[in-house]
This record gives sequence, C-alpha cells and structure tokens, in this order.
Amino acid sequence: MAERVLMKGNEAIAEAAIRAGCRHYFGYPITPQTEIAAYMAKKMPKIGGVFLQAESEIASINMVYGAAAAGMRVMTSSSSPGISLKSEGLSYIAGSDVPAFIVNVQRGGPGLGGIQPSQSDYFQATKGGGHGDYHMIVLAPASVQEMASLTVKGFHLADKYRMTAMILADGTIGQMMEPISFEDAEVETYEKPWALTGTGMKRPHNIVNSLYLKPDELERTNFARYEKYKAVEENEALWEEYQMEDAEICVVAFGIASRVAKNAVADARKEGLKVGLIRPITLWPFPVAALRRAADQVKAFVSVELNMGQMIEDIRLATECRRPVSLCNRTGGMIPSPQQVLEAIREAQKGVN
Amino acid sequence: MKTTQILIAGFGGQGILFAGKFLAYKGLLEDLQVSWLPSYGPEMRGGTANCNVILSENPVGSPIITDPDVLIVMNLPSLQKYVNTVVPGGQIYVDSALIHEKVERTDVQVYYIPATQMANDAGVSTLANMVMMGHVLKNHPELTFEGTEATVQKLVPPAKAQLVELNMKALQAGRDYEG
Repeated sequence: MAERVLMKGNEAIAEAAIRAGCRHYFGYPITPQTEIAAYMAKKMPKIGGVFLQAESEIASINMVYGAAAAGMRVMTSSSSPGISLKSEGLSYIAGSDVPAFIVNVQRGGPGLGGIQPSQSDYFQATKGGGHGDYHMIVLAPASVQEMASLTVKGFHLADKYRMTAMILADGTIGQMMEPISFEDAEVETYEKPWALTGTGMKRPHNIVNSLYLKPDELERTNFARYEKYKAVEENEALWEEYQMEDAEICVVAFGIASRVAKNAVADARKEGLKVGLIRPITLWPFPVAALRRAADQVKAFVSVELNMGQMIEDIRLATECRRPVSLCNRTGGMIPSPQQVLEAIREAQKGVN
Repeated sequence: MKTTQILIAGFGGQGILFAGKFLAYKGLLEDLQVSWLPSYGPEMRGGTANCNVILSENPVGSPIITDPDVLIVMNLPSLQKYVNTVVPGGQIYVDSALIHEKVERTDVQVYYIPATQMANDAGVSTLANMVMMGHVLKNHPELTFEGTEATVQKLVPPAKAQLVELNMKALQAGRDYEG
C-alpha cells in the first residue's frame, strides 16, 4: 500500500493526470478549480510537459483540440461558466473523434452564478452542451481518491473510444482534502494511427476535421459514432450500490450529494426504514441497468441533486416511470443536509405505505 | 472515539485553515479516516473563514458539518453564528483574548484560552491558532501530544523549517495553559 497523503481533490486530479501520462495542460483560471492549473504550472516544466495559461477558455479548448489531434494525452479544466465557453470546442472535438480529457469543477449557475458547489451542469455534460449529436463520457467522483482514479480512467476511456471524457465534480470535492494513495500502475497507451504526427513521406496524410458538407457523408459519420456510443453504453457504465439488498426506497445521488445521502440512508436505517442508495459513477453512460433492476424491487425513488432536478429525468427514463421519483434538492451553491434527505426519504415512504 | 466533527472558525488570516490541516494531518498520522473542507472564495479575503475537519474510525460520509462535536472560534461573529449548532455534550474553545462574551449554554464544555495574547507573549504573534490547537490536543487524549512535531513537519515546507520550532512553541503553550 502506497503512503497516504492529504490532498485537495483538485490537486489529486492534476497529480493523477500526470501519472496517466498527460504532458499537455491548457487552461484559464476560474474558482473553484484553479488548484489544478497551479499544480500543473509547478509540475509540468519539471517533467518536460507543457503548461500554458491561454488568453481565454475558447483558446485553451482549441489548444486541447490541436494537441489531441496530434495524438497527445491532453487536458483542460474549468468551472461552469468556463465550460460553457469551451462547449464549441467540445463539439468540434467530438465531431473530429479525437480523445480529450476535460474537468468541470462545478459552481452555481446560470450565468456567472456563484462560486459555491453545484451540480447544475448535469444536462450540459450528459446531453451535449455544444451543438450536434454527440456524447462525452461523464465521470462523477465522490471522494478525493476517486478524483484521482477516475482521472486515470478518463484518459484511458478517451483514448480507447477516441472521444472526450469529462470529470464532473463540484466545488466541495475540488476543495476538500482527504487521504489518498497513488498506486504505481502501468500507464496504458494506445496506438493512434490516425494522429497528425507527420507522414515522414511514408504514409498518406491523416486528416482531423469535423466539416462534412455532403449530408450523406455527415450522416454516415454520425451513425458510425453512435455505434461507438452504443458500445460505451453497453460496457462502461459504473455505479455503486449501498444497502440496496432489501431496499424499498432507493435514493439516487452522485458526487457530493451522494456523500450526504449516504449519511441520511444510514440514519433512516436506524429508524427501520428500508432504504438504499444507488450512486451513478458514470453519468453518461447512465447506469440504466441498475436503475431498471431497482425499479423491479423498490417502491419509490428519491433523487438528491444540487440543482433544480436534472438527473431525475434520466431516472424516470431508465425506470420507464414505473415508480414515483421525488426530488430532494438545493441549488445556487447550497447543499442539502442529511436531515433534509432523511425527510425526503420519510415522505417517499409515506407515499407508498 | 468513533467520529469527531470539528468546526474551526474565525477571520481570514488567523490561520483557521492551517489549524484544520494540522488536525487533519494529526488524524492521518494516527491512522484515522479524515476529511478537511475549507470555506473558499470571497470570505477568505479578510472576512470570516471556516473549516470542517472530521476524524473518524470509519470512512467519512459527508464532509460537511452541520452539528459539530467540537467548535473552535477565534472571533465573535463565529461564536454567535455557530454556538447553538454544537451537539449537547460537545466542546467549545474560545479565544478569550478576542472574544469577551461568555457562552450561555450549560450543556457543553467551554474552554476559554486567551490564545492571541499568549501567542504575543510567547513571541509567536501569528500562531494563536496553534495555541488553540495545543489546548484542543490537551483535551483529546486520543490525539496524544506525541507525534505533534512530525505533524507540524508535514505542514511546513522544508524551506521554512525554522517554523517547526515556533509552531511547537505555540502548541506547547496551549497545551500547558491551565484555564
């Protein structure tokens, strides 16, 4: 077992990215994720990597696009308003099928919003954000250790499927410190014969592009991309189940909300309520199979979110509305207390008695 | 000890977050599960700062503290804001050099430490936070004073090694204070 050190969630992402072979970071500062950039600024020059603070978010995402097209492991990080600015680039990256790694340490919105933790970019992350038919793999860490492990996973999935993987965290997980240990793992690498690395006069030119003026050709690329997405949906969904064996009420929550929800589930169990928790770790692909199975067993769902109710739509879709789904939420940078979640569990229980 | 939830609050600049880091590292070195959650943003720039530290024998659930077992306050607004959140039977540590009000609750244990004055007297005027921590350790035998220097060494960058001694001086003053 490697030594346990205390680290902020944001720093854990940066260290894990370096360990995963990322040597290119392009970003623009914004609270509450600036520690990622600060860590990269300190470390990258020492290991022959690139740290570049761009003139804007739009510039930085296009630098990511360029480095990704050249086959590099590359990342950027930002927080909610900054991700909106990067969304055009995310669409281009998706349309060009290059792998990229993006971090969104969410803050309250819309607009400039606030700087306190939020999960209100769920729609933006899982349904698009940028224009066109596309998806990103969206990973939702709930601890500092997961900030690191899902970063490593994100780089691998991005390369494996030639698409963007995003960490969707929030200000709390970004700012908090917890013990973490980095296991020395082999860095998996992938062949990238499509990358723009120079032909050396030995092969035809590679082209990385998202412009297809012929509609039938563009349709073909979209169909092909959705075949790939289907494989991701079938193979990469991740979730955690807690006390679900005999549960009659299922709380669904991700990230920091799941930590609060877990406390509430433990408290509810002490009252004799049969309640469990499903914590989606991937938000796209959403753990549809787990939710569908739960719908066969439980009588009601409670979605705990730091937004006005976004994931709740995916719960209803996954369960085909077979069970009532209620919302327990705070927004604008506020976080529900375990007591509020406990109340929501009691209400759900009353509704099915 | 199962789980101890500690809330530290004061002005930005008093070393509230550093004090929290000290407790978190102390817990880490004693093989406990820990979490440390700071306030961040505008309140850090001269306003109020606070920090949530959880030490537990079990994995930490929510890192957000609503009902602390231990409250450590270094300014009056923080005492007023949090005094009623402490669980019955909990502890409140008050820097009585800066806060002249008394705690009216009778269901909690209150420790008054003139930490800012003591730090000035000891020639470590910026380390009132660590005087407070010394007194916290005194009343938490499970955190033993032993190993404190190793904890401080984790927190102080090698280039500023001379600060280890000053921190220890402040911690010892807090430990030895007979309130």
